[in-house]
Amino acid sequence: MARDSHAALVALNRFGFGARGGASGDLINAASDPRGFVKAELSRPSGVLLEAPGLQSTPQLGQAVFAYQDQVKQAREAAKAAAPAETSLPQAPADQKPALRRNLSLNAVATEIAGQMAEAKPADNAAKSETMQPNMAVPPAAKPAPQPLNVIQKTFRAEALARLQRATLVECGFTERLVVFWSNHFCISAAKGELARMWAGAFEREAIRPHVLGRFADMLRSVEQHPAMLFFLDNQQSLGPDSRAGQNRKRGLNENLAREIMELHTLGVGGGYTQEDVTSLARIITGWTFAGRQGQLGTPGSFVFNTNAHQPGPQVLLGKTYEATGLGQGEAALADIARHPSTATFIATKFVRHFVADDPPQALVARLRDVFVKTEGDLKAMAVALVDSDEAWKAPLTKMRSPYDFVVASGRLLARVPEDPGAYLNNLNLLGQPLWSPAGPNGFPDTSAAWAAPEGIKLRLDIAAQMGARLGNNIDPLDLLEFAAADAASVETRRTIERAESRQQALALLLMSPEMQRR
Amino acid sequence: MLDCVENRLLTSRRGLLLGGASFAAWAYLPKFAGAADGRDPRLIVVILRGALDGLATVAPIGDPDYAGLHGSIALAASGAHPAIMLDPFFALHPAMPEFARMYRDMHAAVIHAVATPYRDRSHFDGQDVLESGYAGPGRVQSGWLNRALEALPRGERVSSGLAVGPTTPLVLRGNAPTVGWAPVALPQADDDTAMRLVDLYRHRDPALASALSQGLQLEKVASGDDMKPKGGNAVAQMRQVARGAAKLMAADDGPRIAALAFDGWDTHANEGGPVGRLAFLLGGLDGALAEFESGLGGRWRDTVVVVATEFGRTARINGTDGTDHGTGTIALLAGGAVKGGRVISDWPGLKLANLYEARDLKPTTDLRSVIKGVLQGQFGLSDRVLAETVFPDSAAARPMKGLVV
Repeated sequence: MARDSHAALVALNRFGFGARGGASGDLINAASDPRGFVKAELSRPSGVLLEAPGLQSTPQLGQAVFAYQDQVKQAREAAKAAAPAETSLPQAPADQKPALRRNLSLNAVATEIAGQMAEAKPADNAAKSETMQPNMAVPPAAKPAPQPLNVIQKTFRAEALARLQRATLVECGFTERLVVFWSNHFCISAAKGELARMWAGAFEREAIRPHVLGRFADMLRSVEQHPAMLFFLDNQQSLGPDSRAGQNRKRGLNENLAREIMELHTLGVGGGYTQEDVTSLARIITGWTFAGRQGQLGTPGSFVFNTNAHQPGPQVLLGKTYEATGLGQGEAALADIARHPSTATFIATKFVRHFVADDPPQALVARLRDVFVKTEGDLKAMAVALVDSDEAWKAPLTKMRSPYDFVVASGRLLARVPEDPGAYLNNLNLLGQPLWSPAGPNGFPDTSAAWAAPEGIKLRLDIAAQMGARLGNNIDPLDLLEFAAADAASVETRRTIERAESRQQALALLLMSPEMQRR
Repeated sequence: MLDCVENRLLTSRRGLLLGGASFAAWAYLPKFAGAADGRDPRLIVVILRGALDGLATVAPIGDPDYAGLHGSIALAASGAHPAIMLDPFFALHPAMPEFARMYRDMHAAVIHAVATPYRDRSHFDGQDVLESGYAGPGRVQSGWLNRALEALPRGERVSSGLAVGPTTPLVLRGNAPTVGWAPVALPQADDDTAMRLVDLYRHRDPALASALSQGLQLEKVASGDDMKPKGGNAVAQMRQVARGAAKLMAADDGPRIAALAFDGWDTHANEGGPVGRLAFLLGGLDGALAEFESGLGGRWRDTVVVVATEFGRTARINGTDGTDHGTGTIALLAGGAVKGGRVISDWPGLKLANLYEARDLKPTTDLRSVIKGVLQGQFGLSDRVLAETVFPDSAAARPMKGLVV
């Protein structure tokens, strides 16, 4: 029996988001057939999609941002007409805001998500509206009185809520964990600017989710053609130096996206590409952009291939020549990169590291790599191979839950379906994992060392204590321990909870127990 | 091989740091503190993550090729926002008046055309080399600053530790005990709950027991009133983190050595010239240096701040008025203990033939020589320790002499 409970713990914690409280019976169900419990979700591919009332498509959301920016601009111009303009200097005093916060202060951005800075928001990124260049300085604006959330903040919260509710309600959570894994692998950051914040949820729904149980090559193409990614890594600004637009506007390449495609999305550092390959891929994907507010190239906010911006001529990438076929040139290059042996190794390693151990068992990595190669990147086959492996069930539960895993697992155990994402978002900000806003294009870290730092653990305890204080009154901590771990719980954990001085304290200790922190 | 690479990538670039920076400090009072000469040296290492454009920060205005290469974002000695001339050849970005003042007072210096030994262009590998102190990227769990600490004579433990940052930068990770701090406001768990949890962890999860104990100990100290973030913009937060760090380091029993990191320097597009995106960031850095100076008070006299980044950016702007990943860049030194008022550079020139791979400022100074010079000047570490332990396999990069007063 103890053995079964342990396997149930692996099924729920290693692969999923932990057992749900209430009358779910998750632990018992998982114990009766641990592998089947995990794999059940994989046989319902449509279950990975996320469609909730009110969630809109990327072009619709883009158009809403354009409209919002127009409003802000008009309001500012009206205000400017009423008062003499000021100039903005780099030595601006502390109350003036830089337009761009990417990577700099996610705390500020995160605070803003939580709506605490709603009053300062309209001035932040508004000046970039015409050109959609996120990096320009904006003139300072007087701080208006606090006002309701704007459309971007509302959208972000709605997207966050839909994701959190899904994670809280699903049975095991394996497919949602896969979504989180791939979303972090192909991350964008909402902190890049208003469009990125607006699109963060849609990006995951449109580019990640449909392919989580599909093919890697399809996910790769969807991601690199998604307006959110093109915006995040500047490709909408990259022009072929010899293209018509490049010649006319005297602008040219930006190799940001091309480099990260190879370094972070596919081949990995040391995966066999050179600086020449980076530049070459950058040329190949010139013209991959999205239609702007005027809609000259297509529906505003939708992916378009802009021939006028595309570098003409054949290109050599990784030793192969790609003829000038327009959009097809880049798509062919991505398809080849997706099946490159380095990509298989890179993905299999990262996958096993995420689910099994910081130091991934090499035999398992090799097996998943082979599955990836043989199936041409069938991600469902790779997930099944992981669940079928012995290693995934034998390896001790040493991985630290990420902050996202932790807050979701806590909510599930307490059987609380979030109705407002605010508390979750705040806690994620505090714990260093603001939703959809990693500090760099390499995403959030995925090792225990990263999430078990002293301050991080102390903050988790503070959050657990708050939850205990708020919710401890209404629960029986020992019942919850049964839901969470049953007889897989250690004697010490059980005793610590039994001897707690209050229900509130017992709940805090349960949420912080190794059974809840490790997976 | 690849798995190692990947792991480093994920562990070293530690994601989000509250308040835009993390801060950590040695928890022991060095033996030499209060020594005969009355010097009580302090060292602050500021890592700029994302690759600072050295040519935009300290511009070689006297180089005939500079203006053409840096194009629309080039600094100039005239105009609405003129760069600040440091000497007849180099000019400082106008967003850095505080650094300019320190420079004039001989308490700040620039080292130009500098680079770590890393010659590729991945941020994450570049940062690992910068912070680990090893000659190349590899799976390393300790940083050069931590190994330098290990080489110092250890005095008594500082009684009042520091509060905590959620993560410690790689440069300060390793065997020597460190503590960290980040500005954060949250109601705290009570001591009894915390002690019960520590007890549980001691029995079941020693790693978490150790982490939580440290977190708890440090929390008590930094509950100073003005250490909490007040929201506001990124530049203000850079200042705020520096202010908190300086306050902690100014205490008699405070840490002598600290490291922190600022993100956001990856200016691929619309970098801006005398005003704009980079200007805002440099303004924040300048403000942070001023906070160190004022917060350290009388201790500033014995302080060196080292500002370094993983690599530079392309000499020629790219097609989007920004710069892509490059090689040579700058390092900045500031502090009362700096023998300043100079731009130290074996200038390679910006002619195409002189650029590294026909694209980047060619590095002529090894960053390790600069850091070694500072460590030697401040703490008296020997050539051998520096070349074998602190920066392994770096004997060829000799410590730069005369950086410290």
